[in-house]
Amino acid sequence: MSRVRVAGVGLTEFGRTPERTGRELFAEASARALDDAGVDREAVSALHYGNFMGALGERQGHQAPLMAEAAGLQCPATRYELACASAGAAVRGAVQSVRGGEADVVVAGGMERMTNRTIEETTEALAIAADELFEVRAGVTFPGAYALMARSYFERFGGGPEDLAHVAVKNHANAVPNEYAQYREAIAVEDALDAPTIADPLGLYDSCPVTDGASAVVLVSESYAEANDVDAAVAVVGSGQGGDRLALQDRTSPARTPATDDAAAEAFADAGRSREDVCAVEVHDCFTIAEVCALEGLGFYDPGEGVGAARRGETTADGDLPVNLSGGLKAKGHPVGATGGSQVAEMTRLLRGDHPNSDAVDGTVGLTHNAGGTVASAVVHLLEAVE
Amino acid sequence: MTWTDEEIRDDGFDDWLDAVATGEGYYLECPDGHASLPPRLVCPDCGATDLSEALLADAGEVVTYTIVHVGTGAFDDQTPYVVAIAEFDGVRITGLVRGVDPDDVETGAPVEVTVGENPATGDRVVVHRAR
Repeated sequence: MSRVRVAGVGLTEFGRTPERTGRELFAEASARALDDAGVDREAVSALHYGNFMGALGERQGHQAPLMAEAAGLQCPATRYELACASAGAAVRGAVQSVRGGEADVVVAGGMERMTNRTIEETTEALAIAADELFEVRAGVTFPGAYALMARSYFERFGGGPEDLAHVAVKNHANAVPNEYAQYREAIAVEDALDAPTIADPLGLYDSCPVTDGASAVVLVSESYAEANDVDAAVAVVGSGQGGDRLALQDRTSPARTPATDDAAAEAFADAGRSREDVCAVEVHDCFTIAEVCALEGLGFYDPGEGVGAARRGETTADGDLPVNLSGGLKAKGHPVGATGGSQVAEMTRLLRGDHPNSDAVDGTVGLTHNAGGTVASAVVHLLEAVE
Repeated sequence: MTWTDEEIRDDGFDDWLDAVATGEGYYLECPDGHASLPPRLVCPDCGATDLSEALLADAGEVVTYTIVHVGTGAFDDQTPYVVAIAEFDGVRITGLVRGVDPDDVETGAPVEVTVGENPATGDRVVVHRAR
């Protein structure tokens, strides 16, 4: 099995750029990734591309070949759609293709253009990640679904809005120095607690923003990197994916996300690494409660223990396990179909030492966790600095 | 483009709504006793294909709920509204909660499942009515 290295990463500045087309966003991210990698475009043999709502947001289907064209890649391209885990799945597909020996150089990533629509339209588009018949028609919104999870969590395990506020405060603080982040302002616990309610018990500051952006990573086989003198100092050492019933009503508990448990178990076994090896984590915090469920599903905390992690200072930049040093979806932004690639790009920068928050990383192994919908899908990758 | 809003039924689901509307709501049960909701050909728990209809319990209770303040298109002008997952003897169903002030909803509250109307669209919607 070929081992996989990250040769280069590229991101757009996340934020509100409603006029920028999806093809322009992805062209920018992929150009930055190829430049960072120092790999010729001609060497790329496939594009693995994530996108969720482009058929609604830009009325554009069949996006993958369009994005290859925009990136100047003369290769076959495939779009992965797994709601908010689309780009995580794209990276996983790319990793598998290199490992299997069928490709030596591939590009993976994703794009989402979201602010060209009204907030009502975007909210409606995001809701289609839920079960149309049993959830959407009953009035379940994306924040509403996570609110159902949050209330279930609070009633089963304890914790409350103030604990979640500390998650938001932490992730905003991490985003301040990140040049790619949408919200680079620190907030206080009171700001979060005083914000308007979106779906009780979640408020505005429990929610990630609506974001335009794209991500790209260039993955190469270790043998290609060595033969072509490619500087690729980070390896993808583990990959895992988990699935669950789509609708929350069909899960054993709305307060738990077992797809994450399964993805993590597979990734750790694949990598031959343990949780103690991990020195930094990027988790899918589309809502503050999602970070809590992720940390428990990944096995860093027992059920019920994760909610106080940020408040206790354990997951802050100076804590024992820094979580979302990029700012997370919460403050860095969440261009849905790009997020999984963005997490891998940020973790690569953190491990290489060229991220503004790299000083907080004390070790060589990082984990990324990308989730779809209310975690009916989860993709986990383990990255390791090898040089 | 505006999508035409032609009334094409969803087999299984709309039949189920018809039954719930007349107080004869059911769920699907496989030989091993796993419960699920239609439309289904296969038990999602064990893969059994021999699914039979069993009557839903009259009374359920709220498992979790949220008061939605920012709605989507079909619910924009109905905020704040309450959505709950309620359990009916092992079968969980998502629906709007009506017949009680939003601030008075709590987990464990008794409800019965009915079918109501979304006033904005005229569409049928699952409603958990407070008992």
